[in-house]
Amino acid sequence: MKILTAPRMDRCIGCHSCSLACARLVHHRLSWDTAGIRIHSSGGLTTGFIAVHCLACAPPPCAEACPTGALVPRKGGGVVVKKKLCNHCGLCAAACPVEAIFIDQEGEPFVCLHCGLCVPSCPHDCLELAEVSSLRLPSPSNSTEPVS
Amino acid sequence: MNRDHFNVLIFDLTTGKGEYAQVDGRDQVAGGSGLAALLFTRYGQPNAPWDFPGQPLIFAIGPLTGYFPLMSKTICSFKSPYHNQYTESHGGGRSAMALRLTGLDALVLIGRSPTPCFFEVSSTHFQARDGGFLWGQDVFETGKLLRRMSKGSGHRSILRIGSAGENGAAIAGINVDTLRHFGRLGGGAAMGVKNLKAIIIHGDAILPLPNGNHYAKLFSKVHSQVTASGMMKKYHDLGTPANLKTLNDIQSLPWRNLQATADEAVDCISGERFADEALLRNSACSGCPVGCIHVGFVREKFMDSHRYLYRQVAYDYETIFSLGTMLGVTDRSAVLTILDLFEKAGMDAMSAGVALAWATEATEKGFISAQETLVPLTFGDSAGYRQAAVSFGAGANTFYRLLGQGTLKAAEVYGGKDFACVLGQEMAGYATGEVFFAAQALGFRHSHLDSGAYSYDQQHADKDVNAAVEFLLRDEASRVFMTSMVACLFARNVYTDALLSECLQSLGYDKLADTIPECGRDIQKMRWQTRVATGFQPDSITIPKRFREITTWKGPIDPQYLQSLQTDYGQAILAMAGA
Ligand code: SF4
Ligand code: SF4
Ligand code: SF4
Ligand code: SF4
Repeated sequence: MKILTAPRMDRCIGCHSCSLACARLVHHRLSWDTAGIRIHSSGGLTTGFIAVHCLACAPPPCAEACPTGALVPRKGGGVVVKKKLCNHCGLCAAACPVEAIFIDQEGEPFVCLHCGLCVPSCPHDCLELAEVSSLRLPSPSNSTEPVS
Repeated sequence: MNRDHFNVLIFDLTTGKGEYAQVDGRDQVAGGSGLAALLFTRYGQPNAPWDFPGQPLIFAIGPLTGYFPLMSKTICSFKSPYHNQYTESHGGGRSAMALRLTGLDALVLIGRSPTPCFFEVSSTHFQARDGGFLWGQDVFETGKLLRRMSKGSGHRSILRIGSAGENGAAIAGINVDTLRHFGRLGGGAAMGVKNLKAIIIHGDAILPLPNGNHYAKLFSKVHSQVTASGMMKKYHDLGTPANLKTLNDIQSLPWRNLQATADEAVDCISGERFADEALLRNSACSGCPVGCIHVGFVREKFMDSHRYLYRQVAYDYETIFSLGTMLGVTDRSAVLTILDLFEKAGMDAMSAGVALAWATEATEKGFISAQETLVPLTFGDSAGYRQAAVSFGAGANTFYRLLGQGTLKAAEVYGGKDFACVLGQEMAGYATGEVFFAAQALGFRHSHLDSGAYSYDQQHADKDVNAAVEFLLRDEASRVFMTSMVACLFARNVYTDALLSECLQSLGYDKLADTIPECGRDIQKMRWQTRVATGFQPDSITIPKRFREITTWKGPIDPQYLQSLQTDYGQAILAMAGA
């Protein structure tokens, strides 16, 4: 299973191409907010940017908080949204430790689906759809660096 | 999307009340430049001075803003303190996307707040808030305070002025999101005179997109064109500073108040040297994957025992010209340091540099002395310019306050008009020849981006006045359509009429899509009519002697050719505007 990662945010130029792509391609809207990834300046434009997105928790606290079963844990981490079950209570957003879920004015939650559609829109290759197994090593990392 | 009218918010700073208005005319004026002119005819007072409280300060976007890559600029229009006529200034950052995501097509601010204030607008709210504590703060500090006070980091745009705008300098700009500006012709003073220190635009709307996948496909076609084709490389690689060497090579780079057009010292401050040694990173306007903004860094030792601070300063060709070659300063760090000081004060760094270049030559020639400039000015002496920048930005004495009204205003009092490098406003960095000089002097924004005159000069050694004037008018009409969309003009090679038409059609603007050339000409005409109504008289614009004394790759400037261009272009503008 793959998940969205943002391993090279130090290259980010703050163009919003990624979040606008998610809003456009996944949610069919023009918006800075209704996107699985959202770009914020980390304290003014002179200090770079941070990407707020779902870190694919396993198990996901947002799903645990959801009273209706609208968020279903996804294989590999994160959640799948069952829109029809959602009662717009907003508890998921409150439960997410990294503020990855955006709730719109009607109470609808927007969270990353780990589909990867935003990845190619980044001009500086900041984002990557990565295999979970390559990210979450079962044991503390063994140094693979050759000893010189 | 696909609306036949414009959604406009008119806010009266005098009363603190605002109202939404629906304004007709989409198929006629499109948006951006066209919409701004339309709104000025509706809310502006052509015969009242620029600082009359009722004058509007207008921010307008266009039908494609936010919907396609590089549709990332906002048009700011106002009656200019520089020449008391209607003008536009263009800025990017997040302003355009933020305005789009308020659901508005334009924001019109009228009146004068009784006390200093800042204005906040979102898709659901708007209000003027007390800004007394911000008055007197520099541009960066103001940004920091406002970021702390308002939510939505990254999803808002913060416009603000510095001391220059507060003091009514005619060359005060409006800073946008730290790295961008509505720089030229005094927007900062137009804001300051309203007691308006800052504007925060919260882009919190969620807007629908067209059904079907045609729009998304077209978007990705445009996105790959601007990112993959190499078409935009010159803007993100070295950026516009690549021009330094190019123009120096063809004797078109102004040096030391345009006393020369080439100098081998260019190697010290070429685009390559800046990129290799001073470039920290790039940045982008929202919705633009090109990322043309070049952020340089300067390290400054402020105490012995190796205590340093560092500053990040966004540079481009124009500011390296105005604060580098024009002042004979060829130390990269010094250029960035002086630039940073003008940024802080919220002063248009292009005009400020050109004004200081005049002041330096005026000092050399004995028209003024350190009594006026407070510190002796000598070409190449960056330490002197650093001090001068502080005094100039703050309007420290009568001389600097007058200089802040424009170089010619100061020259009228102190002498030295012949060598004031002013073409309608302080020159842009293109000493390419007669066509550019005439074009900037008479052009709508007195900007090198009004038309492609600088490239026309580089391609034409002939002296065909009719052909040149015809080119200027035609090129302006196509650019004015772009700035009504509102596109970044760096994208003008990507957005052909055919592509613009496709984009407009995908959003349902069928009429506009079918009438691009006509519409461009109509907006061009209307914009000039608006300008003429506020007092534009081509005959009253003089091109100082300095511009006739130089030599470019074409040889010495031909004064007669320049005169004919000026006369004919001026008449052609008036004829086109039906004046
Ligand atoms: S939305 Fe938040 S809580 Fe839920 S899986 Fe993602 S990061 Fe974890
Ligand atoms: S907003 Fe919807 S998805 Fe989120 S916790 Fe409530 S019901 Fe579950
Ligand atoms: S991976 Fe998919 S859902 Fe997540 S931010 Fe990117 S486009 Fe949106
Ligand atoms: S597309 Fe890339 S560079 Fe642009 S904001 Fe997203 S992560 Fe940053």
